[in-house]
Amino acid sequence: MQKKDLGLGILVLVVGAVVSVINPRFLSPINLANTANLIGLFGLFSVAQAFVIVTAGIELSVGSVIALLGVVFVDLIVTRDMPWPAAIAVVLLLGCVIGLVHGWLITRLKLQPFVVTLCGLLIYRGIARFYTADGTAGFSFDDSFPTLEWLVSGRSGGVPHSFMAFSVVTVIAWFVLHRTVLGRHLFAVGKNPEAARFSGIATDRVTVLAYVICALLTAMSAIFFAMYTRSIQPSSHGNFYELYGIAAAVLGGFSLRGGEGSIVGVVLGVVLLQVLQNLVNLLGIPSSLNFAVMGSVILIGVIADTQVASFRNLRRQSKAVAGLDNPADSGGA
Amino acid sequence: MTGRGQDRYTLTGVTKVYPGVVALQDVSLSVSGGEVVGLIGENGAGKSTLMKVLGGLVHPNRGSITIGGTTFAGLTPAEATRQGIAFVHQELNPFTNLDVTGNVLLGREITRRPFGTLDREAMVRQVRPILKRLGARFGPLDPVAHLSLADQQLLEIARALSMDARLVIFDEPTSSLTLPETQALLGVIDDLRRQGVAVLFISHRLAEVGQIADRVIGLRDGRNAGELARAEITKDRMVRLMIGRDLIRSRPDTAPQPDHMTALRLRGVRTAAWPESAVNLDLRAGEIFGMAGLVGAGRSELACAAFGIDGRRGEVTVGATRLPPRSVAAALQAGLCLVPENRKEHGLVLDFPIAANIALPNLAALSRRWVVDRGAEMALARAGRDRLGIRSQSLTRAAAELSGGNQQKVVLAKWLALNPRVIILDEPTRGIDVGAKAEVYAVMRALAAEGVAIWMISSDMEEVIAVSDRVAVMHRGRVTGILAGSQMTEENILRLAVG
Repeated sequence: MQKKDLGLGILVLVVGAVVSVINPRFLSPINLANTANLIGLFGLFSVAQAFVIVTAGIELSVGSVIALLGVVFVDLIVTRDMPWPAAIAVVLLLGCVIGLVHGWLITRLKLQPFVVTLCGLLIYRGIARFYTADGTAGFSFDDSFPTLEWLVSGRSGGVPHSFMAFSVVTVIAWFVLHRTVLGRHLFAVGKNPEAARFSGIATDRVTVLAYVICALLTAMSAIFFAMYTRSIQPSSHGNFYELYGIAAAVLGGFSLRGGEGSIVGVVLGVVLLQVLQNLVNLLGIPSSLNFAVMGSVILIGVIADTQVASFRNLRRQSKAVAGLDNPADSGGA
Repeated sequence: MTGRGQDRYTLTGVTKVYPGVVALQDVSLSVSGGEVVGLIGENGAGKSTLMKVLGGLVHPNRGSITIGGTTFAGLTPAEATRQGIAFVHQELNPFTNLDVTGNVLLGREITRRPFGTLDREAMVRQVRPILKRLGARFGPLDPVAHLSLADQQLLEIARALSMDARLVIFDEPTSSLTLPETQALLGVIDDLRRQGVAVLFISHRLAEVGQIADRVIGLRDGRNAGELARAEITKDRMVRLMIGRDLIRSRPDTAPQPDHMTALRLRGVRTAAWPESAVNLDLRAGEIFGMAGLVGAGRSELACAAFGIDGRRGEVTVGATRLPPRSVAAALQAGLCLVPENRKEHGLVLDFPIAANIALPNLAALSRRWVVDRGAEMALARAGRDRLGIRSQSLTRAAAELSGGNQQKVVLAKWLALNPRVIILDEPTRGIDVGAKAEVYAVMRALAAEGVAIWMISSDMEEVIAVSDRVAVMHRGRVTGILAGSQMTEENILRLAVG
């Protein structure tokens, strides 16, 4: 756990405490379960985004992928009568293909991640709308897939399954990023791709893998979202989710320059953003201000982070200057 | 303009402290118009910080700066420019998307009323005489992208002069120049001196300092180490000033061992830089194989192609293993590694801890089922630190916090942990201080004694002759000769290097 994460964790607790004092309903089981469900849904693709950002890349097509794969998923089950386990497999596979294509364009054709995924954002959204003839894809009332519904949108002991899935993914992601060779390679490629190459790391393969992991997790969250909303308006479903994921990652200490950040941080970032959203609802703040509140908190968080860092630097300096006069205090170097 | 000779820049008792490091302690120096002062010191002696104080990038914790009667506690970049202080940096970063005029007057463009459009003619009128004064062979409208390194340096000087600079600070200006270019630059500096400009000349190349400086000031460990007047400037005295003792150069008598087996074999290797010249080389186990040549002769390109960073034609064999092209992993597997010339960009991930840097190419050996064993990682780092004498308080500190010499030792440690059979060192001692150089040589000799073949690329002629068992010389992508024993003289190498 890094110092940054600790500060963010305290912030989450403080905001939570303030909200629960003003409106005790915040701690009601229903509200907590709802918030946990949303944390699970939004957390999945935020962790996905983190894998790409750590390599100094970015994935802007997340929202469109969630819309497209959501539409495909519903269509496969409802109108094409595909068994739902097969539909899940198809959607996850499609996610991997999208990730592979993005990674290939970025490493082989040397295109910029921003450009590639921006085009993806436009293309997938367009295909999703065309696929449904700009209509809504959804389950009708008599459609019933009890096992699937229980699995994806159900609860066990009051805990939403989306949150459980997110928890499992988080633990795996933490392990991969912070404990395995692949994680080390991802950080190295993000921080200094040249030095990584000179160290014998297959930088292209690592980058492609980051986009595949990102798209796979995004596909997973697309399934959860489809079952959560049950009806998908392809022109608006998942809009701005990529920015939400980027915001959570940045709030959690990821640098867009790559090579920095922790999974604990991005999880706390997701939690904070959801608690804020909840705060807007519970405190009766006009919901039109939702994005403004989110934006302001991220801005304040990032400013506080840089200010604390430079303050620490300053304090260390003045300590060192004082040490010049009393060399006995400074100890042996 | 009269009175220019009276310009005097004085630093008094300047102290600057960084976390964990005292960069400057009570340093004083002065330089006057019409005078060239050489500033020498090992890496980490405080030269760069001193320059940043003069440039206004760093505010000293104590001390003052006096310029022509006015005293400042510290400068800002704008104030430094106003006081006529200008820099010619070691690494040039001209704007290659602008022409010469655009670069020289960048940030001080001349505009035309009423819309503030650029007045190109007035700008060219201002730049042309400056270029003439410097004897430049390029014009104000030439694109900068095509200028040679030496011309880019002239451009930087032109920029300084266009700001009406009265103190020009040169930071290692000759490190990438050829011999004739260096001499031309020293001529320009001499002209500046005659025109009444004050010059601070910072260089590791003591011969040049001795040739151009009126006075030499030495820094050591962030303090004044002493000063030499014109008549006292000799190489030995400068070295003593820098390191505080005489440099002992000794070479254990290692007779070449011709019966040793070939460790690295290059057959018909062509690089993208010199596709028409094929190179054949044989490195024997246990020898230090020097490689000399001018900048741009294709030495680094050959090394990178052999290592698999860049593509190549031809055959590279390590021991009995033939290497596939463009595969660093295969080269490492076979026991060939490369310590790159550009330590900060290619050798290290600067923000990573020292231990993680050493572990980077060794992760496969340090992990079980893809999980990094962090205990083993620290043990490897500690072993590297002890073997190479890396000086740092902790192995979890970022490599960026180390001095150049210690960074180089970290790069060496990361490769030596692989137990290579062949190690390529590209300019292994560039930019590191005399003491650290001696340590690097010692490591190289120890490795050679263990039977490792060492291919050392160096532009430092003395170093090549002193350290190598054999020396290959390259010119325009070809190996023009291989010298051994008493044939290894500066004269012979230079003759082969120019073709």
